[in-house]
Amino acid sequence: MPKGKKFVGEPIPRVEDHRLITGRSQYVDDIVRPRMAYAAILRSIYAHARVKAVHVENARRAPGVIAVFTGEDVREAIGPVPVASRLPDLKVPKHPVLAVEKVHYVGEPIAVVVAEDRYLARDAVDLIEVEYEPLEAVVDPERAIAEGAPIIHEEFGTNVAFVWQLSGGDIERAFREADLVVSQRMVNQRLIPVAMEPRGVVAEYLPGEGQLTVWTSTQIPHLLRTQLAAMLRLAENRVRVIAPEVGGGFGSKLNVYAEEALVGYLAMRLGRPIKWIETRRENFLSTIHGRGQIAEVEAAVKRDGTVLGLRYKIIQDVGAYHQLLTPAIPTLTGLMATGPYKIPNLHVQVIGAFTNKMATDAYRGAGRPEATYLLERMMDRIAGELGLDPVEVRMRNFPQPEEFPFPTASGLAYDSGNYQQALRRALEIVGYEGLRQEQQQLRQQGRYLGIGISTYVEICALGPSPALPAGGWESATVRVEPTGKITVLTGASPHGQGQETSFAQIVADELGVELADVRVVHGDTAIVQYGIGTFGSRATAVGGTAVYGALQKVKEKATRLAAHLLGEENVANVAFEDGCFFLKDNPERRVTFQEVALAAYLAKSLPPGMEPGLEATYFFEPSNFTFPFGAHIAVVEVDPETGDVQFRRYVAVDDCGRVINPLLVDGQVHGGIVQSLGQALLEEAVYDENGQLVTGELTEYAIPKATDVPWLETDRMETPSPVNPLGVKGVGEAGTIAATPAIVNAVLDAVAPFGVRHLDMPLKPEKIWRAIRGA
Amino acid sequence: MGRTIEVTINGTRYRHEVEPRLLLVHYLRDVVGLTGTHIGCETSLCGACTVLLNGAAVKSCTLFAVQADGAEIMTIEGLAEDGQLHPIQEGFWQKHGLQCGYCTPGMILAAYQLLSRSPDPSEEEIRRGIEGNLCRCTGYQHIVEAIRYAAEKQRVARGARSE
Ligand code: FES
Ligand code: FES
Repeated sequence: MPKGKKFVGEPIPRVEDHRLITGRSQYVDDIVRPRMAYAAILRSIYAHARVKAVHVENARRAPGVIAVFTGEDVREAIGPVPVASRLPDLKVPKHPVLAVEKVHYVGEPIAVVVAEDRYLARDAVDLIEVEYEPLEAVVDPERAIAEGAPIIHEEFGTNVAFVWQLSGGDIERAFREADLVVSQRMVNQRLIPVAMEPRGVVAEYLPGEGQLTVWTSTQIPHLLRTQLAAMLRLAENRVRVIAPEVGGGFGSKLNVYAEEALVGYLAMRLGRPIKWIETRRENFLSTIHGRGQIAEVEAAVKRDGTVLGLRYKIIQDVGAYHQLLTPAIPTLTGLMATGPYKIPNLHVQVIGAFTNKMATDAYRGAGRPEATYLLERMMDRIAGELGLDPVEVRMRNFPQPEEFPFPTASGLAYDSGNYQQALRRALEIVGYEGLRQEQQQLRQQGRYLGIGISTYVEICALGPSPALPAGGWESATVRVEPTGKITVLTGASPHGQGQETSFAQIVADELGVELADVRVVHGDTAIVQYGIGTFGSRATAVGGTAVYGALQKVKEKATRLAAHLLGEENVANVAFEDGCFFLKDNPERRVTFQEVALAAYLAKSLPPGMEPGLEATYFFEPSNFTFPFGAHIAVVEVDPETGDVQFRRYVAVDDCGRVINPLLVDGQVHGGIVQSLGQALLEEAVYDENGQLVTGELTEYAIPKATDVPWLETDRMETPSPVNPLGVKGVGEAGTIAATPAIVNAVLDAVAPFGVRHLDMPLKPEKIWRAIRGA
Repeated sequence: MGRTIEVTINGTRYRHEVEPRLLLVHYLRDVVGLTGTHIGCETSLCGACTVLLNGAAVKSCTLFAVQADGAEIMTIEGLAEDGQLHPIQEGFWQKHGLQCGYCTPGMILAAYQLLSRSPDPSEEEIRRGIEGNLCRCTGYQHIVEAIRYAAEKQRVARGARSE
């Protein structure tokens, strides 16, 4: 028998990998049902136009076509695409699954063809003729909310979707008392999530049972089921949503999409299973985008670098409609606007602007990378204005470790942290002093080294229910089978994060069993109790804690049963260790966990009043968010002749609380940093003035390749979170939140001798080169 | 309008009548039922559909099935022998070279070609060798380590054989 804990904290290779590395996993497109037909969607080629007529006759007559539906055909049958976030005075345009009368962005679905195979379905889409009356498009969010802009949704008479404000302290006073005001306009450009698996849906209706089953590439099977039932006017218990293997999400599958309801409807209406698989082009056009903020930031500072207050005016590019959480994303930017600093006075205003583009919504980090970027850029700008070292400005403004739980001007309470220590550690690893000297020497030789720092805190483990539109708890069932094998049903919905392994680690340690004895099941609403899903770095901190909670209930019952089996009246005299129950005063008297499990089901001898069976369900409601933190440092060299950026070093010190599996944590950090690198240097969703997505393919939208990425030096601190018994904080987004400003600060530090103070991302060589010339 | 093709996939011979426009990747997935080969773009940019065609890594979304007539193909399903993981698969597992797994089959086969051409690649050679394969999850570092692991393991195996 193993002694004590042997799995939690260890770099255990994942249990889910075998099926993935042998090609035997099942993603949506791998699912085949008898008599399955294929759907393909006709999408708008205009960003803003009236749809005067849709001619589908030729498509209907095309070979292999089973049916064609337009917006008119389904408007009564399928409810609108939902938005869950509620802000005061939020303008919510009607969002039909297929456009009716008007289209509002390129890629908006207009009609759907169902055919015998995917080739025939796509052929027939080309035969549909749409009569458009093009309208002037509005693409730039600042222009959208200015006087005289074309109105996207006439019923509102404005393109302002919402105005949201947040204040703390006394911002006017902060600016009165400042020695200096530093201001900067900055853009967090629109990004495209590009999960490697595009979205896809298979739906099948069983008329006998009246049950609709929807396999879909989603991060939120249960929330989706609730919404789909409403959209299709079915009872929720007649809808089964299955998230099979999901090929990456990054927030883009934390949503309810038109196609999910549409394909469900088609399956019911046509009486055949239907498959729809998004093409990459469709993925660019009509899966949510991220970021898309223009910010004016003003900082009230003292000469010694103390920041007294921050004022943000943010314009959020909403896109043409709200998707599930669109309006909530910039509110996270506001909540995190003071970052890891003690800045007592804050004012944030966010204006949401409708534009003729795809909706923005949660993309890895969701509002927090924006906040960290703005603030960390400001810290460097302040250092530059005051002639101070960027490290000094940051150190001056950190709260002290003994000030935790630390209240922020935005109204949060940071759970635990030691920001100084994280930064010191990163500086030490990178050899900061030496690098600064080298930088000076290299400049003499006409070489430009840049050192960029980012200290961050993020808000994770989303989150307490009052803070989320549909509950912020998570659920777990721990089911001990009669043979002592354990099945865990989690409401989280991992799609690459590895919770089949990390949850098994928790279970194996708690029950003293082997990893192979545990199976973690997720993503099927007919099997798993209601859950919330995987997003916001919550799966382990909230979902893992739910598993832990269920385990305690199971152990409690098993202990009582063990006492009964051992003939011990006093349950307190029974201890459980390494998979065995024994009497504390007579350790020879023992019974194994497996024997207890079997006894629970055979039920020949149970204590009076005890139910047979051995399983427990636990819904964990966190009392607070968690606040992981850390410090990242990028070191780059910029070639002044070409504007080319070469990485020299990348150091990341992250504290995500207690670590269940360091291998997985490293993987999350790496992936996050590289997505950040994409934003900093490569990626930008560009629409032209007519609302055509210019970067609509992987040829024009460059996500990082292996050769774009430096070796990442990761280091860790572990400050346990007091918010949950595991002490876990969450790590899914840390890299994405931290790295963007580190890289941008490094590049701008490199080109500082040319008088360049700020450049907006992505920092492509041409932009850097021009700035060097122009400055 | 169909054409008959014969291909050997993972050592098994297949004969099918296919439409001339059927992409090789759809042939493998929808006709033969080997769904381990994934589709991430259909435009030869992501590498998710990488298979070995007569020993060379190709993107199976850029070929028609009829172009593979007479060829030997290996897909991810054919890599493990007798249930024994190939050293590259083992490397991806041990070094956590995958998260969502969607890019993984293509990535593994790209690595297979890389190691057959350059058995002891440097970090830079590895990165160049998988440049045509996109991964959005891992940040590539663990993939680099996975391929190094496999190179090392194969080197040891070769050493043992030549003793
Ligand atoms: S699917 Fe073939 S390269 Fe992307
Ligand atoms: S593991 Fe998800 S894309 Fe590579």
